[in-house]
Amino acid sequence: MKFSDFVAVEAIRPNVAATTKEGVIREMTQSLVDAGRIAASELESIVKAIMKREDLGSTGIGRGVAVPHTKHPSVNRLIGTVAVSQQGVDFESLDGEPVQLFFLLVSPPDRPGDHLRALENISRQLRDDTFCKTLKEAAGPQDVWRLLEEADAQSIAS
Amino acid sequence: MDQTHSRDFIVALEQGLHARPADLFAREAQRWQSRIEVVGNAQRVDGKSILDLLTLAAEAGTRLVVEATGPDAREAIDAIGSLFEQNFATDLAADAAPEQLESEK
Repeated sequence: MKFSDFVAVEAIRPNVAATTKEGVIREMTQSLVDAGRIAASELESIVKAIMKREDLGSTGIGRGVAVPHTKHPSVNRLIGTVAVSQQGVDFESLDGEPVQLFFLLVSPPDRPGDHLRALENISRQLRDDTFCKTLKEAAGPQDVWRLLEEADAQSIAS
Repeated sequence: MDQTHSRDFIVALEQGLHARPADLFAREAQRWQSRIEVVGNAQRVDGKSILDLLTLAAEAGTRLVVEATGPDAREAIDAIGSLFEQNFATDLAADAAPEQLESEK
């Protein structure tokens, strides 16, 4: 499950405006609507589902990273996007630190394998300090996209 | 003297070891002094790190070996064993917000 398989490049937000957990989730979901990847009519339902998942346990898994996600019947394949907050957002993270890097995933209900492999890919890259640093310094969506493509290319090689 | 205890587990979660069970596993592992490592899918990762655990991409049916090394290794393995025995369903109650916090919102 390469990044290029599921990240919508037009939805990447290297300088997200929102300063709250729900705000970021809403802004990222809206960016997927704007990118034509999810229907505008499903925005509220998806945001609500993601927030409900957050209630079970924050996806702010520490180290300034969060992976908000949900399954949703309106998508027929895994779709995701990336956002960066320069000032950091309180995400009720497990380590109490603000989050700067967000990977949002919306999966079809019946494909847990795809979801897990996307999480695997994201996690693997986020363990790399250089990856995180470069992501935080990305000036625009294309910089982020290039970084993800490089990560994809390296994982084929390894 | 540090001892190593290890035990095999099969992932019985339908969705595999995804974010939430990885979180529960890591939190449990962090409670113990011992070093805790998980071996699966030809990888060895740090059991106290959610990111590490997620890189296993352990789907349902995957065999994982959990190794604990340290003064409380046996207890750590037992505690982690309980998580697997209850199929990570234990902590729904723990996740619920306490009443006092709710009234502050």
